[in-house]
Amino acid sequence: MLDINREFRRSFALVERNFNLIKRYLGWEIVFLIYTIVNTLTIAFIGLSPDGSGQDRVLYLVVGALLWGFLSVLFHEVAESVQWERWEGTIEYSFMAPVRRLTYLGGVCLYAATYGAIRTIIVMFAVAGIFDLDLGSANLLTGLCVLLLSSLSFIGVGLVAATLPLLSAERGSQAAHIMEAAILLVSGVYYDVSVLPSWMQKLSLISPATYTLRAARAALLDGASFHEIKSELLVLLATGIMLIPLGLLVFNKAELYAMRTGKLKRSG
Amino acid sequence: MNEGSILSRVINRLVPKYKIVPAVEGLTFHVEPGEIFGILGPNGSGKSTLIRLISTLLLPDEGSITVFGHDVVKDRLEVRKLINRVSVDAAFFKGLSAMENLSYAARLYGLDKDVWPGMASDILSRLGLEREKLHEPLEDLSRGMQQKVAVARALLTDPLLLLLDEPTTGLDPVSKREVQDFILEEREQRGTTVVLTTHDMYEAERLCDRVAIIDHGRFVALDTPENLKLKVSGNGENVTLEEVFFVLTGKELKYNGKSECVSE
Repeated sequence: MLDINREFRRSFALVERNFNLIKRYLGWEIVFLIYTIVNTLTIAFIGLSPDGSGQDRVLYLVVGALLWGFLSVLFHEVAESVQWERWEGTIEYSFMAPVRRLTYLGGVCLYAATYGAIRTIIVMFAVAGIFDLDLGSANLLTGLCVLLLSSLSFIGVGLVAATLPLLSAERGSQAAHIMEAAILLVSGVYYDVSVLPSWMQKLSLISPATYTLRAARAALLDGASFHEIKSELLVLLATGIMLIPLGLLVFNKAELYAMRTGKLKRSG
Repeated sequence: MNEGSILSRVINRLVPKYKIVPAVEGLTFHVEPGEIFGILGPNGSGKSTLIRLISTLLLPDEGSITVFGHDVVKDRLEVRKLINRVSVDAAFFKGLSAMENLSYAARLYGLDKDVWPGMASDILSRLGLEREKLHEPLEDLSRGMQQKVAVARALLTDPLLLLLDEPTTGLDPVSKREVQDFILEEREQRGTTVVLTTHDMYEAERLCDRVAIIDHGRFVALDTPENLKLKVSGNGENVTLEEVFFVLTGKELKYNGKSECVSE
């Protein structure tokens, strides 16, 4: 019988291991964080007019940059988890441990969400220190709810992407990066999707980030309530409910394929 | 390990691409609990494939492998609780210290956090690894030290079956001897069953109760080192296990005029 408490404790192996890796490479972590802060600031400055007006545009861009920062870290950490183990040469060791794959991937997702949240909070404070962001009319509770539901969707997408390196050691990782880039392009991170060519607008409909950004901006910029953005929240919830089990199923199938064809070993 | 009969074909990417070749085929063997079972073979003969099959990392196309009554395909999770493996390349997060890597392993295997650090220190000190090395990144340690940590990591989980895939390859003679002594000690003290692959004939002779010689994915001989030597020499003349290996794998076609394969 599944002992949820035990499995949850075992999933912390991944969380602890990855935070230990951050500690080990702290210098690089700080460099990447500073780069992200600077990148977010440069995007925010685009919104300002020379006369100092345009605070709404700044907030629009900052919300996009912060959300994308969080979601892309979430996607990246989950999607690259297998590839990372391949590079380190630990994939066989981790995969022959007596833990359910759900536990392993749960640990990866838990770490990704924690790490992404910490980074985003640091960037948010750094941006708030430079810009006078007016969140007086924001509905923060709704915003938080959007963030949680979108995390489910992105974990699902990340799980599907994480299977790619199991199928092809090198190309799998490349494909995951292309997926990430495509989501960035079509989801309206820094612009409204209505400015996109019509064929891209169609693609934006299948990206969970589109609904996340639309709902988050409505909540944070216009103070929208749950009721007012319920269609976006339902899409995000449905996407998460659908994609997470699908991701796990696909991952299991891909692992069996890798075990049958001898691809579950170090390479790359 | 109970009955272990393997008939396996594994798809390998060889030249030409996508050619399907049997990596191991028609292997039937049985390892007794507490036995050290050696597998000798040239590079690419199927030793590591066999270890991967037993470790649940590869699925056999045909046949079955049973570890203490559990089928490696149907009861993967159960088998994984009983085994651990040391591979030829000490597979670690090299930026992390020995203790951090062991902590990862201990958490994955659900070991008690109040118990495992003491066990790890004890195993590593028996293996001759200095205490101050435990907190240095593994990438700063020698290969021998890394391999000792790999052995400690495997034994930390108290496996009933220990799979050692060339555990001493590349180690200096002292480290090699320390690891070998430790394997013998473990078998003596805990009754651990060991399947060991090696290129080192002296190691096989020193450690193994029985040895299988594998070539092109098939066992060409399986017996005790003494019996293998007797079978090859025929006339009772002294031969080494290395000479037996050469004869049986056809790497040296003539040995006192004999070249036939010997099998059980």
